[in-house]
Amino acid sequence: MTTSDLALLKERFETLTERASSDHTALNCPADQLVELCTALRDDFGYDMLVDVTAVDWDAQSPRFTGIYHFLSTTKHEYLRVAADCADDINPSLPSLSAVFASANWHERETYDLMGIRYEGHPDLTRILMWDAYPYHPLRKDFPLAGIEVPLPAADVAETTGASVLPAPMMGGPFVSSADGPMSQTEPRAKDQSWNEKKVKPCGE
Amino acid sequence: MQNTTIAYDSKVEGEVIVTQADAVINWIRKHSVWPMPMGLACCAIELMASGGARFDISRFGMEVMRFSPRQADCMIVAGTVTYKMAEVVRRIYDQMAEPKWVVAMGACASTGGMYRSYATLQGVDNIIPVDVYISGCPPRPEALLDAMIKLQDKIGTERSVKNLIPKKADSVELAGAAKES
Amino acid sequence: MATTKEISIGDAGARASDAEGELSGETMMLNVGPSHPTTHGVLRLKMELDGDVVKKCEPVIGYLHRGTEKIAENMTYNQFVPYTDRLDYIAPLANNVAYALTVEKLANLEVPERCQAIRMLCCELARISSHLLGVGVYGMDAGAWTVFMYTFTEREKLYTLFEELTGARFTTSYTRIGGVARDIPDGWLGRVLEFCKGVLPVLDQVDKLLTRNRIFMDRTVGVGVISKEDALSYGLTGPNMRACGIDLDLRKDKPYLGYENYDFDVPIGTNGDCYDRYLMRAEEIRQSVGIIRQCIDKFPEGSYYAEDAKKIFAPQKSKVLTSMEELIQNFMITTEGPQIPAGEVYFEAENPKGALGFFITSKGGGVPYRLKVRGPSFCNLSILDKLIPGHYLTDITVILGSLDFVMGECDR
Repeated sequence: MTTSDLALLKERFETLTERASSDHTALNCPADQLVELCTALRDDFGYDMLVDVTAVDWDAQSPRFTGIYHFLSTTKHEYLRVAADCADDINPSLPSLSAVFASANWHERETYDLMGIRYEGHPDLTRILMWDAYPYHPLRKDFPLAGIEVPLPAADVAETTGASVLPAPMMGGPFVSSADGPMSQTEPRAKDQSWNEKKVKPCGE
Repeated sequence: MQNTTIAYDSKVEGEVIVTQADAVINWIRKHSVWPMPMGLACCAIELMASGGARFDISRFGMEVMRFSPRQADCMIVAGTVTYKMAEVVRRIYDQMAEPKWVVAMGACASTGGMYRSYATLQGVDNIIPVDVYISGCPPRPEALLDAMIKLQDKIGTERSVKNLIPKKADSVELAGAAKES
Repeated sequence: MATTKEISIGDAGARASDAEGELSGETMMLNVGPSHPTTHGVLRLKMELDGDVVKKCEPVIGYLHRGTEKIAENMTYNQFVPYTDRLDYIAPLANNVAYALTVEKLANLEVPERCQAIRMLCCELARISSHLLGVGVYGMDAGAWTVFMYTFTEREKLYTLFEELTGARFTTSYTRIGGVARDIPDGWLGRVLEFCKGVLPVLDQVDKLLTRNRIFMDRTVGVGVISKEDALSYGLTGPNMRACGIDLDLRKDKPYLGYENYDFDVPIGTNGDCYDRYLMRAEEIRQSVGIIRQCIDKFPEGSYYAEDAKKIFAPQKSKVLTSMEELIQNFMITTEGPQIPAGEVYFEAENPKGALGFFITSKGGGVPYRLKVRGPSFCNLSILDKLIPGHYLTDITVILGSLDFVMGECDR
C-alpha cells in the first residue's frame, strides 16, 4: 500500500495500527470496525478481492484468537493484511464479511469449523470440512493432532462395522524439535508428551 | 485354468473336457473383473493412467470401469478415506453384488498413509474387508496391475461353488414346514 | 355411408400451458456424489430439481479433509514438502515451488538464478500437465473420449520427464527450502524441448476435435456464465477469472521466479462461459510451451541451491561425510529444521488451477506456528451455489468440468 493511501486510511479509521509483517503492509483493526474498514477498502481504495480469511490461535496469550484477512487489489496489484483480535477468549467471535465479499462466506465457515470463531451476521454458519455433528474445533492448539474418539457420523455404518473415529496411532510422535533452550531440550521429541497410546490427554471445548 | 483341474476322457466323443465347477467359475470371474474405481485422491490419477494407453488395464479385461456399484465386481479404493467419506465407502460396498473384492490402493487406503491426523481413517480395512493391499504413494500403475494379477490369483483359489448351493439345513426346514402344511 | 364428425383439436400451445399447471408439481431432491464420475473427486451436490432445471444447489465439501494444516504445525519446513504435493495433485511441482517460495520469503532468502530457472521450468511443465488433464477430462465429460486418450498419452511423456528429474512420476516433492533437491540430469533439457515439439501437434488435433465442434459448442457456449463482479466477489482466480475478462495473472502482475524476463501472452476471455474457460486452458498450454523454449534458450549456469544459507539448506553429502562443520550443519537442519526467522508472510503463486496461497506465521525455529493453505479450488467452488441454479441437469457435468477444480486443495 502506498504511504499516501495508508495515511488516508489511518485518517479515516483512527483505531488502526500497523502490524509487523515480513512482506506486505499489515494493519491491526478492532473487531467492531472491521466491516466498515473492509467496505472502505473495497470501494475507495481498490482492494476488490478478499483472497483469504483465516485465524491464528495464540494459545497461552490473551487475546487468544486473531482473525487474519488478506486483500488483493487487481488494479494496483498489491496485497494487504488486516488482523482483528477476538475480544473473548472462550467464545471468540468476529463480524462477518459475507455481505461485503461473497468469498468470505465459505472461508468463514471453514474458520468456524476448524477454529471455533463465530461470525456474527453470517447467513449459514455451519461446518464445512468436518461433519455437522463433530464436537471439536480441530485446529485449536489444545486439540491433539491425532484426534479424539467420537462416534462415526453415520450410525448405521458404525453399527455394522463397529468402527468409530479413533485417534490416529501416533507412537509418541510426531517428533519435532522445540524452538529454544539448550540443545538437549531442543532435540526432536514428541511434541505432545502428555498424550500417547497409554495415557489419554483430556481435552474439551 | 489350472492344468490339474482339467481331465480329458478319450472315451467321450467330441471336444469335451472334464473339470471342476470351481475352476471354470473362477476362470470366468478373474478374467473379467470389472473394477469400481473409488477414486478419492491422488491415487485416482494413477488409476486413470493405468487405464490409459501406456499401461492398459484392458489387457486384463478390466477397462470396464463401472461407476455404478451394482454393475461392478471389485472396488479399488484409491486415495485417502476420511471419516466423513467412510460411510459413503461402506454404503457403496454394501450395494455391490456378490462376489465382490476390494483392493486398497496406496498407503492412505491401506493404513492411513502419511496422514496421521484427526480426520483420516487409518486404513479402509476398518470398515470394509480388503483382499489386496498396494503400497506406494502413489503406487505406480505397474504396481496396480501387479495387484490385480494377485487378485486374479486369489480369485482362482476361491471356493465359489459353495455359495451357489443352498445349505442343507435350510432344505430340511423347508421340508418340515411343507409336511406340516 | 361414413359419418363425419368434427373435432376441434385446438391450439397445441394453449393445451401445453393448460397442462403446465398439472405438470409442475413438487421439486425433486437429487444428490450427486460424493462418489460420482462427473464430480472429479469427492464433491457432493445437494440439488433441488424442478423437472430438468436445477432450482437450488448446495455443494458439500470436506470429504477429503485430511488435516494438512494441523500436520504442518508438527513438521519441519522440509518435512512438509510432500504434503504440498498432495494439495493440487495434478500439478504437484507447482505446489512445491509455491511453498518453497513462501518460506524463502519469510527467511528473506534469494535463490540463485539456475535454481529459479529450474523451478520455473517445473512450474510451466506442471501447468501443461494440469491443463492437458483439464482439457482431456473436460472433453470426456462432454462425451469426447478421444480427447482424453490423446492428452493422457502426452501426460505420460511428461511423467517420464518428471521421473527422470525428481524420481517420481507425480507427487514429486522436488523443492527444498533454499533450492531444489538435485540438479537437472544431462540431456534433460533436450528431452523437454522434444516434448514441447510433440505436444503442439496433439494440441492442434484436440483443437480440431473440440474448438469448432458443433456439439461441443452447443453444450458449452453460454453455459455457466460468470460475471466479472461475481468473479471478483467470490475470489475466483486463474483461468476461471481470466475467462470473465479480468486481467490478472500473478506471473505478469507480481512476477516471481524471473517471469518478468520472459515474453508471453496471457489469454483473457470475454463471456465467462464454459467455452471461454476451455479456450483459456488450451491457449495457456501454447504460451507455456513458448516460455519453456525461451527459458531453455538462456538457461543459466550456477548452483541449484542457495549456498550461503547455512542454517537452511543442507550441505552436499560429499562434504557432510568428510567435514565437521557440514556434518553439524546437516544434523541441525535435519533434526531441528531449517531455521526460519519469526514473522508472518503470505505469498500467492499462479498455479494452473488459480492462485495458491500460503500464509505462514512463524515464531522462529524449524517448525511453523500456523500454516494456512489458500486453495484456489476452494474459492472456485464457492460460486457453485450461485452458478448452477437455472441450468439443466446435463449442464452440470460441463460446468464442473470447466471449473477444473481438485478436491485435494479444496479440502486440504
